[in-house]
Amino acid sequence: MKSMTILFSTDSNSLLNGSRSYAQTMKDLVKEYNLSKMVDVVETGTFGFYGKGVLFQVFPEDIYYSVSSVDDLKEIFNEHVLKGRIVSKFLVEKEKIKPAKRTELKETRIVLRNAGIIDPENIEEYIARDGYKALYNVLRMKQMDVIEMIKASGLRGRGGAGFPTGLKWEMTFKAKDGKKYVLCNADEGEPGTFKDRLILEGDPHSVIEAMAIAGYSIGADTGYIYIRGEYYNSIKKVQKAINDAKEYGLLGNNIFGSDFSFDIAIRPGAGSYVVGDETALMESLEGKAGRPRLKPPYPTEHGLYGKPTLINNVETFANVPWIILNGPGAFRRYGTEKSKGTKVFSLVGNVVNRGIVELPMGCTLRELIYGFGGGVAKGRTLKMVQTGGTAGTFVKPDKLDLPIDYESIKDGISLGSGSILVIDDQNKAIDIAKKAVKFYMHESCGKCTPCREGTRDLYILLDRISKGIGKKEDIERIRTLSMEISDSSFCGLGQSINLPLVSLYDNFKDEFLELVKAKSKNTSNLI
Amino acid sequence: MEKVEILRSRIKEVKSKQVEKGDMILSSLHLAQELFENSIPLEAAEAMAEELDVKIERIYEIATFYSMYSTKPRGKHLIRLCESLPCHVVEGPQIEQKLKDILKIDFGQTTKDGLFTLEQTSCLGICGVGPVMMIDGDAYGNLTVESIEGIIEKYRGDRK
Repeated sequence: MKSMTILFSTDSNSLLNGSRSYAQTMKDLVKEYNLSKMVDVVETGTFGFYGKGVLFQVFPEDIYYSVSSVDDLKEIFNEHVLKGRIVSKFLVEKEKIKPAKRTELKETRIVLRNAGIIDPENIEEYIARDGYKALYNVLRMKQMDVIEMIKASGLRGRGGAGFPTGLKWEMTFKAKDGKKYVLCNADEGEPGTFKDRLILEGDPHSVIEAMAIAGYSIGADTGYIYIRGEYYNSIKKVQKAINDAKEYGLLGNNIFGSDFSFDIAIRPGAGSYVVGDETALMESLEGKAGRPRLKPPYPTEHGLYGKPTLINNVETFANVPWIILNGPGAFRRYGTEKSKGTKVFSLVGNVVNRGIVELPMGCTLRELIYGFGGGVAKGRTLKMVQTGGTAGTFVKPDKLDLPIDYESIKDGISLGSGSILVIDDQNKAIDIAKKAVKFYMHESCGKCTPCREGTRDLYILLDRISKGIGKKEDIERIRTLSMEISDSSFCGLGQSINLPLVSLYDNFKDEFLELVKAKSKNTSNLI
Repeated sequence: MEKVEILRSRIKEVKSKQVEKGDMILSSLHLAQELFENSIPLEAAEAMAEELDVKIERIYEIATFYSMYSTKPRGKHLIRLCESLPCHVVEGPQIEQKLKDILKIDFGQTTKDGLFTLEQTSCLGICGVGPVMMIDGDAYGNLTVESIEGIIEKYRGDRK
């Protein structure tokens, strides 16, 4: 341990604020002054908070600075690193990063247990925090005993569908075949969601370790991580982690001297939202257009290349080593009756602090938006919140105090991918509706008619309304057409369109009606 | 070496990692686009079909299905502006208009000098600093109407 450690967050969001070059400048200064033995400059994952400047943490003082120029950085180097004097004008109040309210919120880091703490590119730092210990333990257990642990934990799929994870493992374990696959779904494309990216970039080994545990449990020797093609930084970091794990003998043949061998490779995507569907993802892996398959047969029986396949989301996997080490009982202590554990939420849109936070299932929108998020940006008024991504529901502020979990859809709040999009009163419901439908129209794979044609018809309808040439009957049609598409579509994409559209319609019917009454043509911000 | 020959030899390299037939088509298309300035010309498609031992129709089905590929020639630099709701509500439309004004093109078009192609993309997963865009492999966040001009200028400078 060196006498001073300086942590820079270099996840994809922080990188855009220039954090990498600031970290490099700090490293150069340390080298220039021959302080390498004393001061460690570490690049780590997200602190969970994004400001205007570059944020870094200094130990042992455990304080945060925010700087916006190299000169600021040099001043801190000269004053703090060399002389030991804290430069208060660059200090960020700790309450802002770890607000008192956030402690009240019981921020619980299971998935993000290492993000922002370790250097994700250094496998030894992961190992030092009990990394790969869960895999070691598992290799001394019976396969079914591991699966029973996951089942007992109550863990459910974090990609949005919420299927019980342990059950999926059991079904794949029981499928009889010589060859099986483990897939990690890292095709994160739900708008407003970037938790998987930050997990992959902040703690890639947690996912790799979990995949190996899954491989042992179900009897697979091959794993693929399918990462979105646009996630260049994630691909780079995960590849490095895989290479390191192989070098340390944690992947490959006879892991920990056992009979178990397991290998993982990355496959990049190429820009398709539908591929986030598990069967479409398998089609894509096989080098085909990513269109979903008819189910059954389910992937647990007939998956990649026709073999039994276990597919889980990045966040689901990241929970696994923690559950093995701490036991299913510890995991069940968090969350609600039917939704155990935590959820990583990404808070975006018109909110003061955008970022990610991990809270127990069952937290409320108010805790997220006003506790962690610091309220609506620019002092404006909250108009609505979209929960769960673009394929999620819109809610009005009267639902801020209801709990969010897999069951909350009964109150009209979707958990989905955990994206929380804050929308202020400057936005019109019609523009939001158009944007949402445009997304569906663009991402429809074309396989089934209701989704391919219906989303286009819906867009044309909304476009007419926004231009002031809609008719009164058109308004009701928004709802009925959305329901028709949802009822008759082939996969989860078309089927989910009722969530955003019907909730928008129900909450803002009057606003839509105004548009067909008004004579003015200039009724939309969009062209 | 000709570009298409480089492509052939690199596909042979990745093919050694191939587990099943067809597995490497997507990766090969990414390679082709790197070599041929962001698009897939006929000669590249032919070479891929031959090296990977699949019909050329399959190459084209994939090249036209996924939004990151283009069979139509694109500019030297590819600008992808996020059009999803999280960027939209933080003044994305103003950025969109400004970008079109600076480049004097619409989405899906390439500037006359062949330097830029402007495209829209779904969420890039960097909504913490939206509105965002990517130029080639580099992302730019917290975009303002004022900051865009300078970013584009930087790439214009590369031409010299």
